[in-house]
Amino acid sequence: MPHDDMGTHIPTTAIDYIAIEESPDFIAHKRRHRSFVFPLAVAFLLWYFAYVLLADYAHEFMSTKVIGNINIGLILGLSQFVTTFAITTWYVSFANRKLDPAAEKFRAQLEEAERA
Amino acid sequence: MTVGDPILNISIFAAFVVVTLVIVIRASRTNKTANDFYAAGRSFSGGQNGTAIAGDYLSAASFLGICGAIAVNGYDGFLYSIGFLVAWLVALLLVAELLRNTGKFTMADVLSFRLKERPVRLAAATATLAVCFFYLLAQMAGAGGLVSLLLGVNDRVGQSVVIAVVGVIMIAYVLIGGMKGTTWVQIIKAVLLIAGAGVMTIWVLALNGFNLSALLGEAVAVAGEDILNPGAQYGATGTSRLDFVSLALALVLGTAGLPHVLMRFYTVPTAKEARRSVVWAIWLIGLFYLFTLVLGYGAAYLVGKDTILAAPGGVNSAAPLLAFELGGSILLGIISAVAFATILAVVAGLTITAATSFAHDVYANVIKKGAVPPNGEVKVARITVVVIGLLAIVGGIGVQGQNIAFLVALAFAIAASANLPTILYSLFWRKFTTRGALWSMYGGLASALILIIFSPVISGAETSMFPTADFAWFPLNNPGIVSIPLGFLLGWLGTVTSSVKEDPRIAAEMEVRSLTGHGAEKASSH
Repeated sequence: MPHDDMGTHIPTTAIDYIAIEESPDFIAHKRRHRSFVFPLAVAFLLWYFAYVLLADYAHEFMSTKVIGNINIGLILGLSQFVTTFAITTWYVSFANRKLDPAAEKFRAQLEEAERA
Repeated sequence: MTVGDPILNISIFAAFVVVTLVIVIRASRTNKTANDFYAAGRSFSGGQNGTAIAGDYLSAASFLGICGAIAVNGYDGFLYSIGFLVAWLVALLLVAELLRNTGKFTMADVLSFRLKERPVRLAAATATLAVCFFYLLAQMAGAGGLVSLLLGVNDRVGQSVVIAVVGVIMIAYVLIGGMKGTTWVQIIKAVLLIAGAGVMTIWVLALNGFNLSALLGEAVAVAGEDILNPGAQYGATGTSRLDFVSLALALVLGTAGLPHVLMRFYTVPTAKEARRSVVWAIWLIGLFYLFTLVLGYGAAYLVGKDTILAAPGGVNSAAPLLAFELGGSILLGIISAVAFATILAVVAGLTITAATSFAHDVYANVIKKGAVPPNGEVKVARITVVVIGLLAIVGGIGVQGQNIAFLVALAFAIAASANLPTILYSLFWRKFTTRGALWSMYGGLASALILIIFSPVISGAETSMFPTADFAWFPLNNPGIVSIPLGFLLGWLGTVTSSVKEDPRIAAEMEVRSLTGHGAEKASSH
């Protein structure tokens, strides 16, 4: 890719990326991606910090025994593992079903445009 | 005191080195271009790469450090595992795929896509080298500490020799094998480490009738009720509690900014494979951290806190001592060899990352302005590997016996303060500018370093690097709670105060490419 004197990329292709970026299809694709990952990222971070603050400042609550020697702290800690695995699986299934087909369609169009 | 048979330990370790070196030599036959050397020709599958990520990530700090922390401090040790694991969701949801779609070899490739290339590359390379250097020092120091227990080498000279040997083997791996060889070493090591920890976990659980509550009961009988409750390590004062929040922040935001983790997203052919790698990594790493919970509590009652702390390796010796307790010299030998392999593989991964960043970002694009003869870049990368290897040996000998946990926490805090804000801004914020990137990277890096220098880890406390000096004014051991928000704030401030706006055509191109994978570097054909 060519650069100007400060080393910044200069657009090379004839493809009008601004037009693509502003097309309704692409806006929908971008919204589909962001409206999934952003809320989920906020949710897991809030859940993680809620757990951290409980473990840090609510020792008595976390030390409450539930089953045998297993206390609330251990259950909440292990449920962090469970939610991490669950979010991973959920995101992958979403990405495979919703994001990949759309990305593939755009890629085919762009490659077509580049050849033209 | 030594446990087990040093000769046996060395033999098992030597066998690992020989087998992996043969594999590295075989894997390196097709290494020709920069693409091969840095990104293994983008030829690894998601499953292979995910296993290598686990091998890169599960360092000695994870295995020995967390087992020991749980065995000695109980529940508070478990909190590390959770932070290290949950952090992968940041990488999965926000970083891995978009990064793979817009870069080639390094984090700086992504940043320089639409920002002014040379200043941004220089800043990103500086932050990358700083993170790698502190991470490397921690691993090398860990190697020195381990040998005192495992090989019966107790004197300073002997430990220095071992550090030098680890460094030389690591240089050989990276020089001969490049990214492909390094990746295979990490895959083999990850399998051995997870299998070894898995066997020990099942063993400990079997002793307790596969009843977790019974295992915890045994730990309580030896160590007291507090081992199950939070607060043993961080609950003492208001400051130590705040320190824990700071650490939790650095752990969860650091992973997606670690350069050696970011670089692994380029060794696969597509964004879809990058996603698959992270999924593999999350399952393997999560499983491993569940093992460490059992191993930690197992060591707490089978070995005992006092024995662990009295051993030459201190808190880090919990896992090897537990192996000895369970399976005698043979299991100890195997687990020791795995621990060495762990250090070796992580050190190799860090070295190739640092060398790539220097050769690709600083030499080829800043010094030579892109006009590099064919293979000139790889030649510089190879020289850099040797230089970094030597620096790591000297540094590792220098920090011997020092508190190594802070080096790792420092690496995570720098990664979260200097790297993550710019990565997220440049992927998701169209208006982000060069000034924002530079302020964020240099500001995040400088604030993290300055706060560490004036914190109790360096001076003013009994456990400091310089216990007799006292110039500490920052009360926390981890700078994350200040430096991470500062990195994000500076990125925003630099951007809104920029008079120069970036080219909207390039911003559009980057956004389209990041979400579609158009124009991404493909796998090489051989």
